[in-house]
Amino acid sequence: MRDIAVISFAQSPQVRRQPDLNEVEMLMPVVRDALAGAGITKDRVDFVCSASSDYLAGQAFSFVMTLDAVGPWPPISESHVDMDGAWAAYEAWVKMQMGHVDVALVYAYGKSSPGDIRRVLTRQLDPYYLGPLWPDSVSLAALQARCGLDAGSFTKADMAEVAARSRRDAKANAWAQLSGDDDPAELLGRDELVSPLHVHDCPPVTDGAAAVVLAAGDVARELCARPAWIRGIDHRIEPHALGLRDLTRSVSTEQAATAAGVADGPVQLAELHAPFTHQELILRSALGLGDDVVVNPSGGALCANAIMTAGLIRLGEAASRVTAGDADRAVAHATSGPCLQQNLVCVLEGE
Amino acid sequence: MSDVEVMIAPNVIEYPFRRTTGPVIGAFFTALREGFVVGVRGSDGRVIVPPAEYDPVTAEELTEIVEVGDAGEVVSWAWVAESLDGHPFDRPFAFALVKLDGADTPMLHAVDVAAAEQMRTGMRVAARWRPARPGADDEVAEGVRYREGHIADIECFVPEGDR
Amino acid sequence: MPELVLPDRLRGVEPVRSIRTPARLDYEFTAGRATSRFLRGVAEKRLLGQRCPVCRKVYVPPRGACPTDGVPTEEEVELGHTGTVTTFCVVNVQFYGQAMELPYVSALILLDGSDLPIMHLLQEVSADDVHMGMRVEAVWVPDDEIEPTLESIRYFRPNGEPDAPWDSYKDNV
Repeated sequence: MRDIAVISFAQSPQVRRQPDLNEVEMLMPVVRDALAGAGITKDRVDFVCSASSDYLAGQAFSFVMTLDAVGPWPPISESHVDMDGAWAAYEAWVKMQMGHVDVALVYAYGKSSPGDIRRVLTRQLDPYYLGPLWPDSVSLAALQARCGLDAGSFTKADMAEVAARSRRDAKANAWAQLSGDDDPAELLGRDELVSPLHVHDCPPVTDGAAAVVLAAGDVARELCARPAWIRGIDHRIEPHALGLRDLTRSVSTEQAATAAGVADGPVQLAELHAPFTHQELILRSALGLGDDVVVNPSGGALCANAIMTAGLIRLGEAASRVTAGDADRAVAHATSGPCLQQNLVCVLEGE
Repeated sequence: MSDVEVMIAPNVIEYPFRRTTGPVIGAFFTALREGFVVGVRGSDGRVIVPPAEYDPVTAEELTEIVEVGDAGEVVSWAWVAESLDGHPFDRPFAFALVKLDGADTPMLHAVDVAAAEQMRTGMRVAARWRPARPGADDEVAEGVRYREGHIADIECFVPEGDR
Repeated sequence: MPELVLPDRLRGVEPVRSIRTPARLDYEFTAGRATSRFLRGVAEKRLLGQRCPVCRKVYVPPRGACPTDGVPTEEEVELGHTGTVTTFCVVNVQFYGQAMELPYVSALILLDGSDLPIMHLLQEVSADDVHMGMRVEAVWVPDDEIEPTLESIRYFRPNGEPDAPWDSYKDNV
């Protein structure tokens, strides 16, 4: 295996609605910042991999236009995934393992504001049994949360605590959409959005973009004082039919964590892509994280959840903290699909 | 470059699709049209409802279609206080995972009760069926949605005593 | 495919083979800053492109970025209402949403002063006479009907100038 590291990370301000900028205009400064963070220009990039979903903007092949942000002329080596950007990073990592690529640029963007994101996300569901009922993302997460509450895995107070901690931590994150000091008890006193979920249990609707630069071996060492080395990365998926899954656990995360080697050393910090409060609690348990692990110091997806992007931001946030020396060993996680259907786990280490 | 007022326009996307079911999913919808529910027997003997074409563990092709009940137990539920376009109701209702009698896996559908207080995990619910399509010589009522082989042939579930 | 084992009640019943799954999603499309500026210009009967600060190419309609250099394009350039046909096709097939009489000519037109052709209609010319290098001009809708849309140009038509030399548009074919 080649040594491959995250050497740079950039993101746009994560906001509720960004009508002034089209996707290219939103993305371009992010790509510029990510390359500048690595001290390189686009000529140094061997491979570009991007992530987005046409359904968000209602525009077929919208990612083709967004390529303008990286300057694809003369033609570049490029790929795109209709998944979160963390999976684009995985594809880039695989390509780098093949040995032909030393520097890869990975970017992701998502504007949820043009449509009704809860309805848009129903279109990812099985079109026979589920699609015609339009079960929205919040309702499905609520079904999952109740399974955990009924099983005694966690309480609504635990969930409110996750929300309050996330918003408090996000105060130190200039890019976050939501932040503040909230009293969990006060949050619990508010109306439910889709019972058992309150608004504070759900992610905000976000427009945003992010990018990371990956580099291999000595190139990474040349470009970055302290690269965040990817020591393990894996992703697993569960059946799409909710009735075939155990919604109180995340078996796919457990498997990905084992394959990525999460338990092979002490974890100091984890950035978990948990758009809903109860999902952080399920993920902590699936990853075997102890109470001493700092979880989501960025505020996490509860404070900014640009679709297709928030998972890549977890990778970038965890890597930045390794690079900054705040952690020697960190875990980044990304999810996709309803109720944590698919999960990616990455272990990052400093040298 | 001076600032400009950004132009925003409505953009409506419609997908007028009709989808081929294949025989297994087709059997489920055929049964709904006829007013009952079927699942499929998995490799380990459990009954999967709605039916899956392949076993989730062994990936074996599943072929034994099994009739199950049209009433069962709520495994989980979510109270939708404000419904969205496309939802089964334009008033408050519950989405629920319902494990039908004779089934080993729950299916998702709506439960029609007036208030969240009437919902609880483990409660018994039964299907409220849409009417069968009238025969060729019978009168067709205006504005009635008849069963046609569709998940909405079950309009929703209701507390078992209320059916 | 193995045979299904059906319960008695499904035997001899006409099977369901397909289901209706219509869906409608409502979005609001935002043109972004660059394209909004272009469309506001069109409403004033002006065609505005943007020049890349690196390669100096002028893009119309502008998207706010140079696809070659991956940098923002900010310098605004006003373009002429005449241009050169770089390539074209003759449409002989009816399709959904089409509003034109057949046959008609759809062409890529390199507006004078720009480096990226736009697609538009050619009219007032027989399809047989259209050719690469043909010089054309915009025919606008009446002033009181002008809106911020490219439909404010009804079509392009030959303007009678001699054909443009190949070298003037060979990089845009």
